[in-house]
Amino acid sequence: MTADSHRHAHDHPTRADDDDRLTHWQAMEIALRELLIAKGIITADDVRGAVEAMDARSPAQGARVVARAWSDPAYKARLLADGTAAVSELGIDMATTRLLVVENRPGLHNLIVCTLCSCYPRMLLGLPPDWYKSRAYRSRAVREPRAVLREFGTTLADGVELRVHDSTADMRYLVLPERPAGTEGWSEDRLAALVSRDSMIGVTRPSA
Amino acid sequence: MSGAPEALAATFAPGARVKVRRAAPPGHLRTPWYIRGQVGEVERLCGAFANPEELAYNRPGVPRQPLYRVRFRQRELWPDYRGAAQDTIEIEIYQHWLEPAP
Repeated sequence: MTADSHRHAHDHPTRADDDDRLTHWQAMEIALRELLIAKGIITADDVRGAVEAMDARSPAQGARVVARAWSDPAYKARLLADGTAAVSELGIDMATTRLLVVENRPGLHNLIVCTLCSCYPRMLLGLPPDWYKSRAYRSRAVREPRAVLREFGTTLADGVELRVHDSTADMRYLVLPERPAGTEGWSEDRLAALVSRDSMIGVTRPSA
Repeated sequence: MSGAPEALAATFAPGARVKVRRAAPPGHLRTPWYIRGQVGEVERLCGAFANPEELAYNRPGVPRQPLYRVRFRQRELWPDYRGAAQDTIEIEIYQHWLEPAP
């Protein structure tokens, strides 16, 4: 499209580009990356490949873990006892972090937040959603978690304990939601399709 | 090795009542402000991990610090908390931030 063809009769505000100037840390990242490449320590393709691998991880990994736990009581017991080891059975490597799986059950609902930054089980859920990193979620999830849940359409009964997990250090957390009623006999693939990212953070509950 | 232990021994057992130090040292800290000075109960010992306050400055972070998950009652954290009385919050806290509580 030429500039001429975009001439409108009306005025409208343009949305600012979010990369029109670099922040200090963006400039530092580029400088460090270029130096590492210039010195032959890494290649541009290494960086590209690492970004591609990061982007390829998705909540489907976590959903597979949940569906297996719903289907296999022995696996569920191993998952709750040692999450890191149990997900490695499915080929998922937690790298330097350890996984703690927290189970929702009648009378107990779990919610995950990282008030300090954005710690998140990326190996299982991919990149965190923007709201998870927002100051509003990080502060309100510990201060008024029931109000936050209501905004996600999740209303807990007064008799239910809401347990918030603030992920501040070396553990990563995955919520094991309750298996929805009416799913008896379903295959793991069919069950996994019910398990959303948000239900594994604990802001929603899956339903069949 | 200098002979210093690689990991400090854990001094709190699950169920122990602990108070988070109310301190404000400079540097990179993993103890959220809102939990400092609060009393909770050890839920579990997670293991021993290199001290992130040292790692942040490219030091080795040894001896490793025992890391606990500590459970707090929301109504004790926030006097005007508007949830249920049984609501809780669990946070990972390193041993050097904890002291015994009565």
